[in-house]
Amino acid sequence: MSTVATPAPVPRKRRRRTKLQRRQTRLGWLLLAPALAVVAFVAIYPLGKTVYQSFTNQEFLGGLEPTKWVGFANYHQLIHDPTFRDTVVLTIKFTAITVSFEFLLGLIVALVVNSKFRGRGLMRAVMLVPWAIPTVVAAKMWQWMLDDTTGVINDLGIRLHLISHSHAWIADPSTRLAAVSAVDIWKTTPFVALLLLAGLQVIPNDLYEAAAVDGANKLQQFWRITLPLLRPAILVVLIFRTLDALRVFDVFQVLLGYRLGAQTMAVYDQSTITQDGHVGYGAALSVAIFLIISLFVVIYVTFVRVTEE
Amino acid sequence: MSTAAETTAGSVRPVSRSVRLRRNPLGRVLMKVPFWLLILAVAVYALFPFYWALRSAITPDSELFSTPLKYFPSHPTWAHFHDALSSSFFRRALLNSTIVAGSVTLLSLAIGSVAAYALGRFRFRGKSFVLYLMLSMTIFPQIAILGALYTMFSGFHIVGPISFPKLYDTPWALVFSYLIFTLPFTIWVLTSFMRALPGDLEEAAYVDGATPLQVFWKVLLPLIAPGLVTTGLLAFIAAWNEYLYAVSFIQSPSHYTVPVAIVSFTGASGNAFQFPWGTVMAATIVVTLPLILATLVLQRRILAGLTAGAVKG
Repeated sequence: MSTVATPAPVPRKRRRRTKLQRRQTRLGWLLLAPALAVVAFVAIYPLGKTVYQSFTNQEFLGGLEPTKWVGFANYHQLIHDPTFRDTVVLTIKFTAITVSFEFLLGLIVALVVNSKFRGRGLMRAVMLVPWAIPTVVAAKMWQWMLDDTTGVINDLGIRLHLISHSHAWIADPSTRLAAVSAVDIWKTTPFVALLLLAGLQVIPNDLYEAAAVDGANKLQQFWRITLPLLRPAILVVLIFRTLDALRVFDVFQVLLGYRLGAQTMAVYDQSTITQDGHVGYGAALSVAIFLIISLFVVIYVTFVRVTEE
Repeated sequence: MSTAAETTAGSVRPVSRSVRLRRNPLGRVLMKVPFWLLILAVAVYALFPFYWALRSAITPDSELFSTPLKYFPSHPTWAHFHDALSSSFFRRALLNSTIVAGSVTLLSLAIGSVAAYALGRFRFRGKSFVLYLMLSMTIFPQIAILGALYTMFSGFHIVGPISFPKLYDTPWALVFSYLIFTLPFTIWVLTSFMRALPGDLEEAAYVDGATPLQVFWKVLLPLIAPGLVTTGLLAFIAAWNEYLYAVSFIQSPSHYTVPVAIVSFTGASGNAFQFPWGTVMAATIVVTLPLILATLVLQRRILAGLTAGAVKG
């Protein structure tokens, strides 16, 4: 208070810093503005609109009745909709099958490719290829391979005496889930392997050497070193694959169309909106799908929190 | 490399059977056999469907639909490729997809690099909120807003004389809606690239009197060029492969993108009794070849970009 000489430089310095900070803040938001505008317009506004539509009886191109507020009528219908229940069950089955196969096969492939050998770079490039092609193309290639009269899978199966006669893998309700899953597993396993491989490569080699000196065998090394240190990569892979599998659309729509009993949640929702034009009910389905997927995110995040403590 | 290290280590410690096997040259080869069989199995599993598509594309129809199947075509032909590429329907689809995926990529890179500059090099309040918003957008299920976009694209009134244009059944509906998955990803990955740059260069430019925008354009953007290539390619692939929105928002065949065209292919010489599998397989080869080449050439960068996007999430 009493000193007059010293306080002068301090406020000036602080003022300069805040001025710089303010300028940074202003410029920062200015640079972000286009991105935020796009996100608001492409994602946030449509999401709000979906929630609103789910409380109306809006029809696309129907136009017989004017759109009006119907409260929870759509959600009430949804709870009692047996088709929707079937799609949820089918989607969860598909998710369980594909995610577990992709993870186990992907882990094996990652461990194999992680060892040093000539041509490893080429191998990794080869593994990226199924991931890069459109799902629609993968589905078409497999539809042809699974063809019931001139498909190569039936031909190989008969030649190797694995099956006695040709089978309509996709048309037969008892095998179609397996057939569709096989296509998804083929397309995605290499990618899962590559993500796990990236996780394997950051594990320091000294740990294995130290374990070997201590007399740990390969299996012990895998359980005690590889698996615990790979945990973050495994969790990321499982979360991303689960979310992807829950919203599966392409492979089912291409191979099975809108066949009753063979629709996933996304296929049913898409056909409700674009084939039948029931925008209001479709919006309620969208919200339900969104909530189901969010539920899985919450389960995973809680699981991670609990096990980390 | 590793075997040499292991054998020297083995000579110090008591010699086990596997080490004895490994010392013997023949044993070393034999021990590698299961390993190479596994590698071979993985490669065949990943590549066989492509071989089969290629084999079917160059097999004439007379052989294609007759049993027993021929695993190597005895009379290879380019007829199916000719059919696919001469169909104006398929050529239009290739053009449409190029326009859509190209526009989406350029828009995402332009908007995304500017946003990444702010998020990666600036300090201000609200930044981490924006980062989390973008991250949550990357796992946003596209199906959740299908109906809303569907009605938006039929055109609506915003305020006064301004209204949202009718985009339904135009490529712009796709360019607009694809930004929802390309832009947040682009921002997220480019931000990690921006953050990794050292601060010295930027400071030197500021000392020389450069403005922030000059620093961005002349110093930072050239430095993150590899990141731009990677994210650009990933955005292009994602847009090129997209099917849900393409099949929902496009009605006229002349506006189809490649995935929709492949599904609704009837082929130039298709008849009512036999699905033109040869032509469809030729079309799939045409569509995937550029993707395969780009992936093979840029595989290191793609992997780096994907793991940056995934692991930090």
